[in-house]
Amino acid sequence: MTTVIEKNQKNGRLEVGTPLLEVKDLHVEFHTRDGVAKAVNGVNYSVAAGETLAVLGESGSGKSVTAQTIMGILDMPPGKISQGQILFRGQDMLAMSEEDRRQIRGQKIAMIFQDALSSLNPVMTVGAQLGEMFRVHRGSSKKEAREKAIELMERVRIPAARQRVGDYPHQFSGGMRQRIMIAMALSMEPDLIIADEPTTALDVTVQAQVMDLLAELQAEYNMGLILITHDLGVVADVADKIAVMYAGRIVETAPVHELYANPAHPYTKGLLRSIPRLDQKGQELYAIKGLPPNLLKVPAGCAFNPRCDVATDLCRTEIPKLHQVSDKDGKELTGRRSACHLWKETLHG
Amino acid sequence: MGRYVIRRLIQAIPVLIGATFLIYWLCFSLPGDPVQALAGEKKADPIVAEMIRQKYHLNDPFLLQYWNYITGVFQGNLGESLTGRQVSDMISEAFPFTVNLAIVAFVIEAIIGVLAGVMAALRKGKFLDQLVLISTLFVISIPVFVTGFVLQLVLGVKLKNDYGIEIFSVSFNEEDGLRGYLLPAFVLASTSLAYVARLTRTSLMETMRADYVRTAVAKGLKKRRVIGRHALRNALIPIVTFLGADLGGLMGGAVITEKIFNIHGIGGLLAQAVYQKQGTIIVGVVTLLVMIYLITTLLVDMLYAVLDPRIRYE
Repeated sequence: MTTVIEKNQKNGRLEVGTPLLEVKDLHVEFHTRDGVAKAVNGVNYSVAAGETLAVLGESGSGKSVTAQTIMGILDMPPGKISQGQILFRGQDMLAMSEEDRRQIRGQKIAMIFQDALSSLNPVMTVGAQLGEMFRVHRGSSKKEAREKAIELMERVRIPAARQRVGDYPHQFSGGMRQRIMIAMALSMEPDLIIADEPTTALDVTVQAQVMDLLAELQAEYNMGLILITHDLGVVADVADKIAVMYAGRIVETAPVHELYANPAHPYTKGLLRSIPRLDQKGQELYAIKGLPPNLLKVPAGCAFNPRCDVATDLCRTEIPKLHQVSDKDGKELTGRRSACHLWKETLHG
Repeated sequence: MGRYVIRRLIQAIPVLIGATFLIYWLCFSLPGDPVQALAGEKKADPIVAEMIRQKYHLNDPFLLQYWNYITGVFQGNLGESLTGRQVSDMISEAFPFTVNLAIVAFVIEAIIGVLAGVMAALRKGKFLDQLVLISTLFVISIPVFVTGFVLQLVLGVKLKNDYGIEIFSVSFNEEDGLRGYLLPAFVLASTSLAYVARLTRTSLMETMRADYVRTAVAKGLKKRRVIGRHALRNALIPIVTFLGADLGGLMGGAVITEKIFNIHGIGGLLAQAVYQKQGTIIVGVVTLLVMIYLITTLLVDMLYAVLDPRIRYE
């Protein structure tokens, strides 16, 4: 946590601890032919300036849907926000006019998508796509926009930016394309960046480069960052805190290193055990049994109970609340919560 | 690109020879006697008939006839009809009407079709979308000769007689200029227009779901710009193919539309030549049509590379 405070003090854009973005009790449903899929069920999280929140979860856990809802790019219908607030600098974005939200999108909150090849327009040059931000939001001339685009490309360390500004997305490598996505997100110097699995489509070596670049730029601009991922390895180095999602709910939140050292939810525990480790070479890799639930038929009680090794009868009937977690002496651990009836046993046992 | 075009043009030569050969052979194999056809119901005078056969080498073996014809074609001579007219003259008389009609029809189907498709896609499931879907289905289901006669009656006759509005003429008249082409061109374009509208609708709806359109929204762009700059250009790629192929078809003349509105174009010329079994005219016209097809498909392929930078011809 100290790193966050340091970052904030250094830049002094927002008071320490003032959340930039707060998601409050967000519920999102999808109305399909087979019924209502509850993709997000009462999610709460917040991000401060300069802070990195990692949202971890499998496909279908609701992590991307939450991000799309924040961004205002959720397909509605079939999606429907049934409840909740999303406060950006204290203002509820869900209550704003579409025009006000558009002014925030791209300029105040920007998003980086997973697959840069399909997320960049194949028939426009990267220069035009980067420059478009300045043309539209800053009223720049064509020439200015082009210069700005080159500047941005240099900023994200694309070699020979001036020669490549007229190239099309397919002419770049995967890592370079993701850098262009990052440059586009950075163009308006937003307060918050949402990165939806930014490195999933990349080679491992390139992943690290892109992640480092993102973390470096975030620190430089003192931006809030929401990093959505299913990759525990990506999270460890860059995140300040983690929210683990399962079946549309947050099941555990914790400062990043505490979560790795000592998880307070059996699902998190299972995730950590299923990371391949060099010192356990030759042993069978642990896997959480079963599959994530179908969102149309979420199990009663704790959604994780059919896959959980320690589930009791209580777990099969009652949905656990997000409990404040405390250490053995009963002292509350700041920022640590777990949605498990057996969090004590999991954490201390 | 230059080398690609040259290669395509060289490829066109065997296609052209093959097509003329096939058509020539088909005409030769047709039952009936072209010389007898000239005489109508009456039995042709055997001496005159034999003279004509001699003059046009109709007694020569097939391959020799074809050889004489094709060498003539490469010397710029499309031959003579059995009534002694130069085929090239007949084509150059009829072709301008066909070209004008095709261009007007093409403009109508491209503009109205794409606009209707875009509006339907943007109002998916709403009234306008339903209207476009149902009306296009209606147009596609009706044969052109029905559309032609109905519109001729309603817009050409009734509108003038009952309301005194004289925009569309019943029959084509050269002095009317562009106005004369409007009604026939609309009739000719109607079916393709319906297909273009439906194709545009589907294509745009699909593109609107693409990741890069989502990116454009996330950039905070106005809806107009998201659709106009990001979605539409990608959505138009399949439509250009359709329109390109259709332009080739339109240039080939429209037998029915030309007949209804009394336009003496290529379609009518070809149809008449088939009735009269005048092989030289048929082959001449078809050769021209094949050439137009080859050129329009080449143009479409080149336009592809302009629309989609991922396509490169080496």
